[in-house]
Amino acid sequence: MNPLAGCLLVSSLLFSVGLAGALTRRSAILVLAGIELMLNAANLNFIAFWRFGPHPEFLTGFVFVIFSIAVAAAEAAVGLALIVAIYRHAQTSDVSEITEMKG
Amino acid sequence: MRMTLPFLILAILTLAGGVAAMTLRRLVHCALALSVAFAGLAALYLNLDAEFAGLAQLLVYVGAIAILIVFAILLTRGGDSDAEKSFSPAGIGGAVIALAVFAVLAWATETSGIAHPALVTPPPESAMREIGLALMQRYVLPLEVIALMLTAAMIGAVILAVRERRNPAGTESAERPGLGA
Repeated sequence: MNPLAGCLLVSSLLFSVGLAGALTRRSAILVLAGIELMLNAANLNFIAFWRFGPHPEFLTGFVFVIFSIAVAAAEAAVGLALIVAIYRHAQTSDVSEITEMKG
Repeated sequence: MRMTLPFLILAILTLAGGVAAMTLRRLVHCALALSVAFAGLAALYLNLDAEFAGLAQLLVYVGAIAILIVFAILLTRGGDSDAEKSFSPAGIGGAVIALAVFAVLAWATETSGIAHPALVTPPPESAMREIGLALMQRYVLPLEVIALMLTAAMIGAVILAVRERRNPAGTESAERPGLGA
Protein backbone atom coordinates (compact mmCIF):
# COMPACT_ATOMS: atom_id res chain seq x y z
CA MET A 1 0.00 0.00 0.00
CA ASN A 2 1.51 3.30 -1.02
CA PRO A 3 1.25 6.53 0.99
CA LEU A 4 -1.60 7.94 -1.10
CA ALA A 5 -3.78 4.92 -0.45
CA GLY A 6 -2.84 5.07 3.23
CA CYS A 7 -3.95 8.70 3.40
CA LEU A 8 -7.20 7.87 1.64
CA LEU A 9 -7.85 4.99 4.04
CA VAL A 10 -7.16 7.14 7.12
CA SER A 11 -9.36 9.89 5.76
CA SER A 12 -12.26 7.54 5.00
CA LEU A 13 -11.98 6.07 8.51
CA LEU A 14 -12.02 9.58 9.97
CA PHE A 15 -15.02 10.49 7.82
CA SER A 16 -16.91 7.41 9.02
CA VAL A 17 -16.10 8.15 12.66
CA GLY A 18 -17.35 11.70 12.23
CA LEU A 19 -20.48 10.52 10.44
CA ALA A 20 -21.21 7.96 13.15
CA GLY A 21 -20.79 10.63 15.81
CA ALA A 22 -22.99 13.13 13.98
CA LEU A 23 -25.70 10.51 13.53
CA THR A 24 -25.66 8.92 16.97
CA ARG A 25 -24.79 11.57 19.55
CA ARG A 26 -27.53 13.53 21.25
CA SER A 27 -25.56 16.61 22.20
CA ALA A 28 -25.76 19.25 19.49
CA ILE A 29 -22.16 20.28 20.19
CA LEU A 30 -20.91 16.78 19.46
CA VAL A 31 -22.98 16.65 16.27
CA LEU A 32 -21.10 19.78 15.19
CA ALA A 33 -17.80 18.15 16.23
CA GLY A 34 -18.63 15.16 14.04
CA ILE A 35 -19.24 17.48 11.11
CA GLU A 36 -15.88 19.12 11.78
CA LEU A 37 -14.21 15.69 11.72
CA MET A 38 -15.80 14.97 8.34
CA LEU A 39 -14.54 18.31 6.98
CA ASN A 40 -11.07 17.49 8.23
CA ALA A 41 -11.17 14.12 6.50
CA ALA A 42 -11.93 15.89 3.23
CA ASN A 43 -9.03 18.28 3.86
CA LEU A 44 -6.69 15.34 4.38
CA ASN A 45 -7.77 13.99 1.00
CA PHE A 46 -7.01 17.33 -0.65
CA ILE A 47 -3.54 17.47 0.91
CA ALA A 48 -2.81 13.86 -0.05
CA PHE A 49 -3.83 14.37 -3.67
CA TRP A 50 -1.84 17.60 -3.83
CA ARG A 51 1.25 15.90 -2.39
CA PHE A 52 1.15 12.78 -4.55
CA GLY A 53 -0.55 14.23 -7.61
CA PRO A 54 1.11 14.90 -10.94
CA HIS A 55 1.28 18.69 -10.63
CA PRO A 56 2.00 19.78 -7.07
CA GLU A 57 3.53 23.04 -8.28
CA PHE A 58 0.10 24.49 -9.04
CA LEU A 59 -0.81 24.38 -5.32
CA THR A 60 -4.48 23.77 -6.13
CA GLY A 61 -5.37 21.30 -3.38
CA PHE A 62 -3.19 23.19 -0.95
CA VAL A 63 -4.95 26.51 -1.49
CA PHE A 64 -8.30 24.71 -1.35
CA VAL A 65 -7.41 23.41 2.10
CA ILE A 66 -6.49 26.91 3.28
CA PHE A 67 -9.87 28.24 2.13
CA SER A 68 -11.64 25.22 3.56
CA ILE A 69 -10.09 25.83 6.98
CA ALA A 70 -11.31 29.43 6.87
CA VAL A 71 -14.83 28.34 5.91
CA ALA A 72 -14.81 25.71 8.68
CA ALA A 73 -13.84 28.35 11.22
CA ALA A 74 -16.77 30.54 10.18
CA GLU A 75 -19.09 27.53 10.20
CA ALA A 76 -18.02 26.52 13.71
CA ALA A 77 -18.50 30.05 15.03
CA VAL A 78 -22.00 30.41 13.58
CA GLY A 79 -22.96 26.84 14.54
CA LEU A 80 -21.89 27.22 18.15
CA ALA A 81 -23.66 30.58 18.36
CA LEU A 82 -26.82 28.86 17.07
CA ILE A 83 -26.44 26.11 19.67
CA VAL A 84 -26.05 28.67 22.45
CA ALA A 85 -29.11 30.57 21.18
CA ILE A 86 -31.17 27.36 21.00
CA TYR A 87 -30.03 26.41 24.49
CA ARG A 88 -31.16 29.78 25.76
CA HIS A 89 -34.51 29.31 24.07
CA ALA A 90 -35.19 25.66 24.90
CA GLN A 91 -32.98 25.08 27.96
CA THR A 92 -31.47 22.00 26.37
CA SER A 93 -28.84 21.16 23.78
CA ASP A 94 -30.15 17.65 23.21
CA VAL A 95 -31.05 17.35 19.55
CA SER A 96 -33.70 14.71 20.19
CA GLU A 97 -35.59 17.00 22.57
CA ILE A 98 -35.74 19.98 20.22
CA THR A 99 -38.87 18.96 18.34
CA GLU A 100 -40.52 22.30 17.63
CA MET A 101 -40.33 21.85 13.86
CA LYS A 102 -41.30 18.18 13.85
CA GLY A 103 -44.05 17.61 11.36
CA MET B 1 7.54 3.23 -1.46
CA ARG B 2 5.62 2.18 1.59
CA MET B 3 3.89 3.98 4.36
CA THR B 4 6.38 5.23 6.88
CA LEU B 5 6.34 4.66 10.60
CA PRO B 6 5.65 8.33 11.55
CA PHE B 7 2.65 8.32 9.25
CA LEU B 8 1.27 5.20 10.94
CA ILE B 9 1.79 6.62 14.42
CA LEU B 10 0.13 9.93 13.51
CA ALA B 11 -2.75 8.16 11.78
CA ILE B 12 -3.39 5.96 14.82
CA LEU B 13 -3.22 9.00 17.12
CA THR B 14 -5.66 10.95 14.96
CA LEU B 15 -8.11 8.08 14.65
CA ALA B 16 -7.93 7.30 18.37
CA GLY B 17 -8.65 10.95 19.12
CA GLY B 18 -11.59 10.96 16.75
CA VAL B 19 -13.07 7.74 18.11
CA ALA B 20 -12.65 8.95 21.69
CA ALA B 21 -14.26 12.29 20.83
CA MET B 22 -17.30 10.53 19.42
CA THR B 23 -17.72 7.85 22.09
CA LEU B 24 -16.80 9.35 25.47
CA ARG B 25 -19.62 10.24 27.83
CA ARG B 26 -18.54 13.54 29.32
CA LEU B 27 -18.58 16.48 26.94
CA VAL B 28 -15.37 18.05 28.20
CA HIS B 29 -13.47 14.81 27.62
CA CYS B 30 -14.93 14.73 24.12
CA ALA B 31 -13.64 18.25 23.45
CA LEU B 32 -10.15 17.32 24.67
CA ALA B 33 -10.09 14.18 22.52
CA LEU B 34 -11.27 16.26 19.58
CA SER B 35 -8.34 18.64 20.00
CA VAL B 36 -6.01 15.62 20.06
CA ALA B 37 -7.51 14.51 16.74
CA PHE B 38 -7.08 18.01 15.26
CA ALA B 39 -3.45 18.15 16.43
CA GLY B 40 -2.80 14.73 14.93
CA LEU B 41 -4.22 15.93 11.63
CA ALA B 42 -1.96 18.98 11.75
CA ALA B 43 1.01 16.67 12.29
CA LEU B 44 -0.17 14.56 9.34
CA TYR B 45 -0.19 17.68 7.16
CA LEU B 46 3.34 18.46 8.30
CA ASN B 47 4.31 14.88 7.51
CA LEU B 48 2.92 15.36 3.99
CA ASP B 49 5.15 18.41 3.40
CA ALA B 50 2.29 20.89 3.73
CA GLU B 51 3.84 23.11 6.38
CA PHE B 52 1.59 26.12 5.96
CA ALA B 53 -1.60 24.05 6.01
CA GLY B 54 -0.39 22.17 9.08
CA LEU B 55 0.37 25.33 11.00
CA ALA B 56 -2.93 26.91 9.90
CA GLN B 57 -4.72 23.78 11.08
CA LEU B 58 -2.92 24.00 14.43
CA LEU B 59 -3.78 27.68 14.84
CA VAL B 60 -7.39 27.53 13.69
CA TYR B 61 -8.55 24.16 14.97
CA VAL B 62 -6.54 23.51 18.12
CA GLY B 63 -6.22 27.17 18.97
CA ALA B 64 -9.66 28.52 18.12
CA ILE B 65 -12.30 25.90 17.37
CA ALA B 66 -11.43 23.57 20.27
CA ILE B 67 -11.54 26.52 22.68
CA LEU B 68 -14.83 27.66 21.13
CA ILE B 69 -16.30 24.19 21.64
CA VAL B 70 -15.17 24.16 25.27
CA PHE B 71 -16.83 27.54 25.82
CA ALA B 72 -20.04 26.31 24.17
CA ILE B 73 -20.02 23.26 26.47
CA LEU B 74 -19.60 25.50 29.50
CA LEU B 75 -22.38 27.83 28.32
CA THR B 76 -24.88 25.03 27.64
CA ARG B 77 -24.24 22.85 30.64
CA GLY B 78 -26.73 24.16 33.16
CA GLY B 79 -29.71 21.88 32.72
CA ASP B 80 -27.98 18.83 31.34
CA SER B 81 -26.53 16.26 33.64
CA ASP B 82 -24.37 14.06 31.49
CA ALA B 83 -26.30 10.92 32.16
CA GLU B 84 -26.64 7.59 30.43
CA LYS B 85 -28.54 9.03 27.51
CA SER B 86 -25.66 10.40 25.51
CA PHE B 87 -26.50 8.35 22.42
CA SER B 88 -29.71 8.73 20.51
CA PRO B 89 -32.13 5.78 20.27
CA ALA B 90 -31.35 5.46 16.57
CA GLY B 91 -27.69 4.93 17.40
CA ILE B 92 -27.40 1.48 15.88
CA GLY B 93 -28.77 2.71 12.58
CA GLY B 94 -26.30 5.60 12.50
CA ALA B 95 -23.37 3.30 13.19
CA VAL B 96 -24.51 0.92 10.46
CA ILE B 97 -24.79 3.80 7.98
CA ALA B 98 -21.31 5.02 8.89
CA LEU B 99 -19.90 1.50 8.46
CA ALA B 100 -21.58 1.21 5.06
CA VAL B 101 -20.11 4.56 4.00
CA PHE B 102 -16.66 3.41 5.09
CA ALA B 103 -17.06 0.16 3.20
CA VAL B 104 -17.99 2.03 0.01
CA LEU B 105 -15.08 4.47 0.37
CA ALA B 106 -12.54 1.74 1.08
CA TRP B 107 -13.85 -0.33 -1.83
CA ALA B 108 -13.58 2.68 -4.14
CA THR B 109 -10.02 3.35 -2.98
CA GLU B 110 -9.03 -0.28 -3.45
CA THR B 111 -10.57 -0.75 -6.89
CA SER B 112 -9.61 2.64 -8.35
CA GLY B 113 -6.11 1.43 -9.13
CA ILE B 114 -4.59 4.21 -7.05
CA ALA B 115 -3.29 1.83 -4.44
CA HIS B 116 -1.23 -0.37 -6.69
CA PRO B 117 1.35 1.62 -8.65
CA ALA B 118 4.23 2.65 -6.46
CA LEU B 119 4.10 6.41 -6.58
CA VAL B 120 7.50 7.95 -6.24
CA THR B 121 7.18 11.68 -6.32
CA PRO B 122 9.67 14.17 -5.01
CA PRO B 123 8.35 16.43 -2.27
CA PRO B 124 6.87 19.53 -3.88
CA GLU B 125 8.30 22.90 -3.11
CA SER B 126 5.72 24.59 -0.95
CA ALA B 127 7.79 27.63 -0.24
CA MET B 128 6.00 30.46 1.46
CA ARG B 129 6.83 32.72 -1.47
CA GLU B 130 4.99 30.47 -3.90
CA ILE B 131 1.96 30.26 -1.60
CA GLY B 132 1.85 34.00 -1.17
CA LEU B 133 2.13 34.59 -4.91
CA ALA B 134 -0.63 32.06 -5.60
CA LEU B 135 -2.91 33.68 -3.02
CA MET B 136 -2.23 37.18 -4.34
CA GLN B 137 -2.38 36.43 -8.06
CA ARG B 138 -4.37 33.41 -9.09
CA TYR B 139 -6.62 33.05 -6.05
CA VAL B 140 -7.09 36.69 -5.11
CA LEU B 141 -10.84 36.70 -5.77
CA PRO B 142 -11.56 33.69 -3.51
CA LEU B 143 -9.36 35.30 -0.88
CA GLU B 144 -11.47 38.47 -0.91
CA VAL B 145 -14.68 36.45 -0.83
CA ILE B 146 -13.35 34.50 2.17
CA ALA B 147 -12.55 37.78 3.93
CA LEU B 148 -16.08 39.06 3.31
CA MET B 149 -17.56 35.74 4.48
CA LEU B 150 -15.50 35.75 7.69
CA THR B 151 -16.69 39.26 8.48
CA ALA B 152 -20.31 38.28 7.84
CA ALA B 153 -19.93 35.13 9.95
CA MET B 154 -18.44 37.10 12.82
CA ILE B 155 -21.27 39.64 12.79
CA GLY B 156 -23.83 36.85 12.47
CA ALA B 157 -22.39 34.88 15.37
CA VAL B 158 -22.44 37.95 17.60
CA ILE B 159 -26.05 38.74 16.64
CA LEU B 160 -27.13 35.15 17.24
CA ALA B 161 -25.42 34.66 20.56
CA VAL B 162 -26.11 38.02 22.12
CA ARG B 163 -28.58 37.84 24.97
CA GLU B 164 -31.95 39.23 23.98
CA ARG B 165 -33.16 42.18 25.97
CA ARG B 166 -35.63 41.22 28.63
CA ASN B 167 -39.02 42.86 28.48
CA PRO B 168 -39.79 44.95 31.53
CA ALA B 169 -43.34 43.58 31.70
CA GLY B 170 -42.09 40.08 32.33
CA THR B 171 -43.50 38.58 29.16
CA GLU B 172 -40.29 36.74 28.52
CA SER B 173 -41.36 33.58 30.27
CA ALA B 174 -44.46 33.47 28.10
CA GLU B 175 -42.33 33.69 24.99
CA ARG B 176 -40.31 30.69 26.01
CA PRO B 177 -42.30 27.55 25.53
CA GLY B 178 -40.67 24.72 27.37
CA LEU B 179 -39.60 22.32 24.70
CA GLY B 180 -39.51 18.65 25.34
CA ALA B 181 -41.67 19.00 28.41
